[in-house]
Amino acid sequence: MHIMEGYLPVAHAVGWTAVSAPIVAWGGMRLVRTVRAHPETKMLLAASGAFCFVLSALKIPSVTGSCSHPTGTGLGAVLFGPSVMTVLGSLVLLFQALLLAHGGLTTLGANVFSMAIVGPFVAWGVFRLGQAIGASAVVAVFMAAALADLSTYIVTSAQLAVAFPDPVSGFAGSFVKFATVFALTQVPLAIIEGLVTVVVFTILTNYSRDELRQLPHLAGEVR
Amino acid sequence: MARRNAVLLLIAAALAIVPLLMGFQGEEVFGGADGAAQTLITEIQPAYEPWFGPLWEPPSGEVASLLFTLQAALGAGFLGYYLGLRRGQVRVRGSGGDGSH
Repeated sequence: MHIMEGYLPVAHAVGWTAVSAPIVAWGGMRLVRTVRAHPETKMLLAASGAFCFVLSALKIPSVTGSCSHPTGTGLGAVLFGPSVMTVLGSLVLLFQALLLAHGGLTTLGANVFSMAIVGPFVAWGVFRLGQAIGASAVVAVFMAAALADLSTYIVTSAQLAVAFPDPVSGFAGSFVKFATVFALTQVPLAIIEGLVTVVVFTILTNYSRDELRQLPHLAGEVR
Repeated sequence: MARRNAVLLLIAAALAIVPLLMGFQGEEVFGGADGAAQTLITEIQPAYEPWFGPLWEPPSGEVASLLFTLQAALGAGFLGYYLGLRRGQVRVRGSGGDGSH
């Protein structure tokens, strides 16, 4: 669930777009370089995008009595690093803004920042940390995907709290309110995303070994 | 692998089903979190007017669900094609897979 069209003041809309655009441009260059360096991983890359497409279309009921959807950015970030997912995640958001009136063009920069930038970077950081401390790949992937999902909505809450501080309690009070709507709703969904990502990752380590071996940080995870 | 994956998917399904059994009631029940955030914005800053609207909106809930379904179907279709292709390749070569199917 993204910030809806027109629901960020102009200055914020412009600001988030200015922050996100260069990062996505950098991601695009990295994406091209990855495909050139490892052309045989092209289909795996497309599959990561497809996974993101599926998961962000699923609106799932949550314990707060409202619905939200997972982001699906964790898998691609774990496989290819965060830069590539900044592009794929942005494409998903653009599709939803143009065809589904979900999110929006004026809020695209802010939504890209939370879902296509912070989420993938959190996934990557958590996964690499897991590897560094010797966690099993399954645990590292689960934590990476779940925390990418959750952090996306914590950022969304913060973005809205900055734009709409509570007249009495300010940013903090407003953040708590938005986080109750977004982040709390997201907790079970983040766990679901973690589980589903582990399932797909497990299948990949079984059947896509040749491709995973091409990705330096994953070579060790393939038997 | 297959058994663990089945268990993980069952847990995921249960997490989505439990909220439905929690007895939420009312008009807005299980609406979108973005709609709830919209309401919250209006509460915090009643004077705020959205300054831009969607260029195009699905004309009905049915059309919206069509497009969301299409999004999921395209993604799942490609993902299924890809995984099936790789599994077939591994089997043909006989060099991989864990044989637990």
